[in-house]
Amino acid sequence: MELLERFAAGDLEAFEALFREHQKEVYAWIVRIVRDRGFAEDLTVETFWRIYRSRARFDTAGNFRAWARRIATNAALDHLRHARRETVLPEDLASAAAADPAVRRETRERIKRAFFQLPAKYRLVATLALIEGEPYNNIAEAAGISIALVKIRVFRAVRMLRRKLNSLGAEVNAK
Amino acid sequence: MSNEENSKEMKGLLRQAIAPAKDTELRRDLWPQVLRKLEEQTALVVSVPWFDWALAAILSAVLVFFPGSIPALLYHL
Repeated sequence: MELLERFAAGDLEAFEALFREHQKEVYAWIVRIVRDRGFAEDLTVETFWRIYRSRARFDTAGNFRAWARRIATNAALDHLRHARRETVLPEDLASAAAADPAVRRETRERIKRAFFQLPAKYRLVATLALIEGEPYNNIAEAAGISIALVKIRVFRAVRMLRRKLNSLGAEVNAK
Repeated sequence: MSNEENSKEMKGLLRQAIAPAKDTELRRDLWPQVLRKLEEQTALVVSVPWFDWALAAILSAVLVFFPGSIPALLYHL
């Protein structure tokens, strides 16, 4: 019996083998979305719990990696929906050295604040597309939506950010 | 300004404010936590107290054998 078939049948050893194979990748995907190591660890555990709970629905001919990523994305999205909007970005995840001195610190703070106020589904695609530079097709597959919808959400997120920044008084063309 | 230029400009500004995550390495094995969660959730499923089952059984029996009691029960709910 193949590993995926044993997993779908509820074999805990098969599940552990799959967990060990994919935990790092799932964690790395989640931490890029939620940008907090502690939450990312909790959400990785939650993701694999959801995976185990849904094992009977898994198509053993399908792609486990893509399925796991989809579940991880949903778990991260749930977190973004429920987490406080004023989440502070951990400094060690972001590279402060990359900051352009031409963009004023105050402007950067305003952009950050506006970004964390975006609704979860827009923040998800904006994080992956605009900050992480993830291709649209990967985002679409992970979020379970079409590429066209990813583009629409990125467009709307940009528009919302621009409006928020204007209302916060930031000079968007400050670069 | 076109949509694409808009996105590019915002992308540049965003990356200045929030840089891409660089350190995405998992530093510890999460299997013990997953196992604990599995055990906790399994325990939750089977940890309904026996007297709750007994009450449910008694109530079901009353409703089956004395269907006339359903309106009275609904009235008192």
